[in-house]
Amino acid sequence: MLDMSEPAALAYGKHGAHLRLRLLKDRLARYMVAAGGISVILSILLIFIYLVYVVAPLGETPEMNESAVYAVPADAPVLHLAIEEQAEMGAVFARDGTVRFISTRDGALVRQLWLPVPKGVQVVSFSAARPASGVVALGLSNGQALVVRQHYKVTYPDDRRVITPQLDYPLGTALVDVASEHSALARIAVQEEEGVFTLVGWSKNGMLSVVRATPEESLLEDESTFAFERSSGNTDLQDIRALLVDPVQSDLYVISRAGKLAWFNVTDLSQPRLVEQLSITAPGVKVRAATLLAGGASIMVAGDDGVINQWFSVRNEEGGRHLEKIRSFDTSGELRSLVAEYSRKGFYAGNRQGDITAYHATAHTQLLQQKVADSAIVQMAIAPRANALWALDDDGQLHFWYIRNEYPELSWSSLWSKVWYEGYDHPEYIWQSSASSNDFEPKFSLTPLTFGTLKAAFYAMLFAIPLSIMGAVFTAYFMAPKMRQLVKPTIEIMEALPTVILGFLAGLWLAPLVETHLPGVFALLLLMPLLVLLVAFLWSCLPVALRRFVPDGWEAALLVPVVVGAGALSLGLSPLLEQWLFGGDMPGWLQHEMGIGFDQRNSLVVGMAMGFAVIPTIFSIAEDAIFSVPKYLTYGSLALGATPWQSLVRVVLLTASPGIFSGIMMGVGRAVGETMIVLMATGNTPVMDMNIFEGMRTLSANIAVEMPESEVGSTHYRVLFLAALVLFVFTFVFNTGAEIVRQRLREKYSSL
Amino acid sequence: MTITFRYWANSGAPWIWLTAAAVAASLTMVLGLLLLIAINGLGHFWPSPVWELQYRAPDGELQQLLGQIREKEQVSVEHLRDAGETIAENVEGTVERYLLKTANRDTSGLDFRWILADDIEARSLPQPLVVLERLEWGDFYGFIQSLQRNGKQVAQGEAAWQELQQGLEYVEKLRARIRRLEKGEIGSINYRIERLRLQKRKLELEGEDTPEALAKIGQQRKTLQAKFSGLHQNLDELYRKLRRDTVTMTVMGGRKVDIPLAGIVRAYQPNAMQLTDKLAFYLAKLWEFVSADPREANTEGGIFPAIFGTVMMVLLMSVLVTPFGVVAAVYLREYAKQGPLTRLIRIAVNNLAGVPSIVYGVFGLGFFVYFLGGSIDRLFFPEALPAPTFGTPGLLWASLTLALLTVPVVIVATEEGLSRIPASIREGSLALGATRAETLWRTVLPMASPAMMTGVILAVARAAGEVAPLMLVGVVKLAPALPVDGNAPFIHLDRKFMHLGFHIYDVGFQSPNVEAARPLVFATALLLVVVIVLLNLAAIAIRNRLRERYRSLEQ
Repeated sequence: MLDMSEPAALAYGKHGAHLRLRLLKDRLARYMVAAGGISVILSILLIFIYLVYVVAPLGETPEMNESAVYAVPADAPVLHLAIEEQAEMGAVFARDGTVRFISTRDGALVRQLWLPVPKGVQVVSFSAARPASGVVALGLSNGQALVVRQHYKVTYPDDRRVITPQLDYPLGTALVDVASEHSALARIAVQEEEGVFTLVGWSKNGMLSVVRATPEESLLEDESTFAFERSSGNTDLQDIRALLVDPVQSDLYVISRAGKLAWFNVTDLSQPRLVEQLSITAPGVKVRAATLLAGGASIMVAGDDGVINQWFSVRNEEGGRHLEKIRSFDTSGELRSLVAEYSRKGFYAGNRQGDITAYHATAHTQLLQQKVADSAIVQMAIAPRANALWALDDDGQLHFWYIRNEYPELSWSSLWSKVWYEGYDHPEYIWQSSASSNDFEPKFSLTPLTFGTLKAAFYAMLFAIPLSIMGAVFTAYFMAPKMRQLVKPTIEIMEALPTVILGFLAGLWLAPLVETHLPGVFALLLLMPLLVLLVAFLWSCLPVALRRFVPDGWEAALLVPVVVGAGALSLGLSPLLEQWLFGGDMPGWLQHEMGIGFDQRNSLVVGMAMGFAVIPTIFSIAEDAIFSVPKYLTYGSLALGATPWQSLVRVVLLTASPGIFSGIMMGVGRAVGETMIVLMATGNTPVMDMNIFEGMRTLSANIAVEMPESEVGSTHYRVLFLAALVLFVFTFVFNTGAEIVRQRLREKYSSL
Repeated sequence: MTITFRYWANSGAPWIWLTAAAVAASLTMVLGLLLLIAINGLGHFWPSPVWELQYRAPDGELQQLLGQIREKEQVSVEHLRDAGETIAENVEGTVERYLLKTANRDTSGLDFRWILADDIEARSLPQPLVVLERLEWGDFYGFIQSLQRNGKQVAQGEAAWQELQQGLEYVEKLRARIRRLEKGEIGSINYRIERLRLQKRKLELEGEDTPEALAKIGQQRKTLQAKFSGLHQNLDELYRKLRRDTVTMTVMGGRKVDIPLAGIVRAYQPNAMQLTDKLAFYLAKLWEFVSADPREANTEGGIFPAIFGTVMMVLLMSVLVTPFGVVAAVYLREYAKQGPLTRLIRIAVNNLAGVPSIVYGVFGLGFFVYFLGGSIDRLFFPEALPAPTFGTPGLLWASLTLALLTVPVVIVATEEGLSRIPASIREGSLALGATRAETLWRTVLPMASPAMMTGVILAVARAAGEVAPLMLVGVVKLAPALPVDGNAPFIHLDRKFMHLGFHIYDVGFQSPNVEAARPLVFATALLLVVVIVLLNLAAIAIRNRLRERYRSLEQ
């Protein structure tokens, strides 16, 4: 407006310094104010960027980095590799009965131990129990087995970590008789949990032997003695490739090279039972390797056709269980080795060309493929934290690689599609982020939460849109200005009511009321308009002298007692209706007669409570839009002979419709993000069901419930941020749309 | 008649009436909701009578029950039969049932039960019946038998009631002294000892743990510990005195129960009270509600810490939000050219207002608490690590998060105020030679200050009722200490705090005994609603006055 340039300031002589200071202040103020204005944009950007920043690592591709290569320090073929918790040290079990603990960084020998294998007896087979136990078993040529446990003692002398590898013999150094006739144990399996051991041996003569060692109460604390149970039988499967025992030690899977699987239940060793025998590969395909995934529920079977299949047991219609192929993973090249992670559902496959491929079962993804060696990968070991890997190639070289693979369980399909989880009978959408057990399969499907969010919003809008739009129409168009001055603040207060209070009332007052007066609630829907119309018609029949008591535009005030009456009447009629139509118990009737589930805290209650919260949002914007439609449009229409209702519908509403639409959009945005009401007025179970009598779990309530207990930086934490980001983007789209519509409308009105 | 009806229907009048009904329904819901909260919240403190009922139990046995009738309702017989109640064959339709608060949770196991009105054979209001409010196990209903002092009986019957009153006064005085000792002096010593530990750790971290410095700290610690043990002896003595009296009560069925006075907060005879007594009792309870600490997992006693926490958080938030909001509004109205940029800013404002509050909570937790707070801890409080100081939810982060959440409210209100100031006033100021900044500071902003006030009031009202983000960034169900106390630096921005809204959620939905907690939740809700409605009404009043003033200016 005013141009105060420097020369002008000089012209003021001795006041120049003062003036310059004033101008400086003026400029400073301008910059500061502009910065303040821009910072509004910055803050919304900051929220968005920060959410993305936390979510982004979920999309990172996993990586493997080579750390060291060295010759494997063994004089005989390697049986088994294992890495300890810190990935600093590992164990190499060799066929000659030596165990060498070496540093993973450079292969330097830390400690060498000899297993007590009797002279003249060869080690012919080997098996490792679930990796976290550290238990391994060696099958010997005399039909006996040796059970060894490795563990690593960590001490901190002089504040430095020192890891001391140790071996002990949980069943004693004495060998355990497994095969009955001292025939060599061509295959062996071992499993341990809570001190109970199961050993399974198979000898070439077709004999399958199971030994279970259960600890006995002993008087001496240190020395534990075991009670042994044995069972044996023949199997018609030839050339067994793998024996697998689940950690609970109830299921034994015997897998032959030809692709046959026999599933035995060995819970009670006095009555072992064949549950099912089936073919698990395509005809003619040979089994290369098989392993159990963490938790022991899934069997991964690699065939020589390059396909890895995941199998687990599901319930069939008769209530029995059978094995079912869940999903397959295609691989490249001829598979040589297969290894599963300790606690996640990931696994690694090594092939003949020296490539290692990482997969995740639940997410059904191939995470990475990396060429590690020039010859076939024959053995692999994963560090317990899944952050490092050992691979032994055919030339006797050990490759040590670091892995960065923190969020393998997420993929587009595991977030949004149906996933077949372990223990479920068919693919489902499930959100279940945590459980007590360590090797639990996390179920991060956002679909039921998104569905719940939309369901809650839908019922809320069903309640709010008619009331708010109709209310806005009357308030803006027909209401007397005096009454409008009273109604508008009331609606503002309605908007200001804390949602925690609405949620509390909905959960503790409305929900029980609705449950006991369910027929009344539905009767109200019908009764209210009828009663209103009846009163309105009777009113119009009254003599004018009487009608004058309520001036035009005060009809709403007149109707308040009618509405209250309709409410009281329908609630009062409710027990009668319930008695008459539903045998006295409508929720029970719905459940028994109609098969419709009924929760006390259900979508109906949420719809009403959240509708209440949304009404003022829509009302204010819609009312504003209708009220600011230029008056001469109405006058023109009325002058042409239209009734007030006709000019409203054909002229005013049409003009104001973008504004009304923007109000509805804002309302949806608010309903989608609302937290406290849904948190308190629903049962928060993530179900996928449009049933109005059942609850839901929304994205926002899920965040409120689970965020405080999620570990910072974990997959769960980031998925919750992703949920917040989804909410942010959703409301951003709706609010921006609404705002743009409103800005356009404002321009249009100003030009009218 | 039919013709007139058709005419009436064709005129569109039914539609108009239906739209009017929508307004009426909305108004009814708002007013009904306020009324519901008011009745339930205010009724809680009134001493309602305790009935003595002769109750015919389902097995035919006659029981005596003492209890307050909390609710009456009509239920259908089928409903009850489904729930497993035994009801005589010839009963049809609905029956009346009462929710009876029988208290005495420790002796009878449950303190609420539903009974059918038909099973009550006789009822009376015994005058000498006494209600004891206890520190633990909720209320106790019974008849006073005798009072023991140091194990010896000193009074019986009516005299025991008088003695009980005096005994309770004595106990209350002791309790006040204990509270002062524990929270005041002992708390302060503990705080200082903790500070010394941190000081020592800091010296160690910085490599300045010279023997002299350590000796000095050790010396200070020794004096504090000596003081502590002295205070502790005092405390033990007070606790011993507290256990002086015991009252013996009889409950229904003639059973005798001994209750130490140390565990009793208040004793009254609801059936013998006159109206004035009841009124005094009511006011006393009301005062306790707003001024006392909560008891029994927040289901009894007062909500003072929650009020205090809410006020602190809101104050801090206003300090943060006002400059930010006002500056942004000034930019939009006074400085920026209306164009794409202002349009973008308006969209941003609108989005800030529309983003779900839980998203602010997530952002606050991630950015403020873990990112900013974690950095502050590493830079300034390494001695306390791994225990976080600011890297954990607390008052400061909650206020910041809510400040961000309420910025749009302040912007919108201030902008409205600025837009109503006539251009002639600005032009006048500029014509007199004032710079733009001076015009803004001396003329425009003072005129717009009521509008800013409106914005801040609305922001405060919003913040006071917001719960979802606070659950993530600093609110707890029971804070061990207020964010303000007598220990330097007096205001502890890193502390967690209690909040009225969260109190409602927590007590109403997380407490094990919802039925017992419900009246208190209603009372808390009432307080919150009253505060918020008053704030909003104030904002509306200021805004309306402002509009009038500017209207007169323009003419």
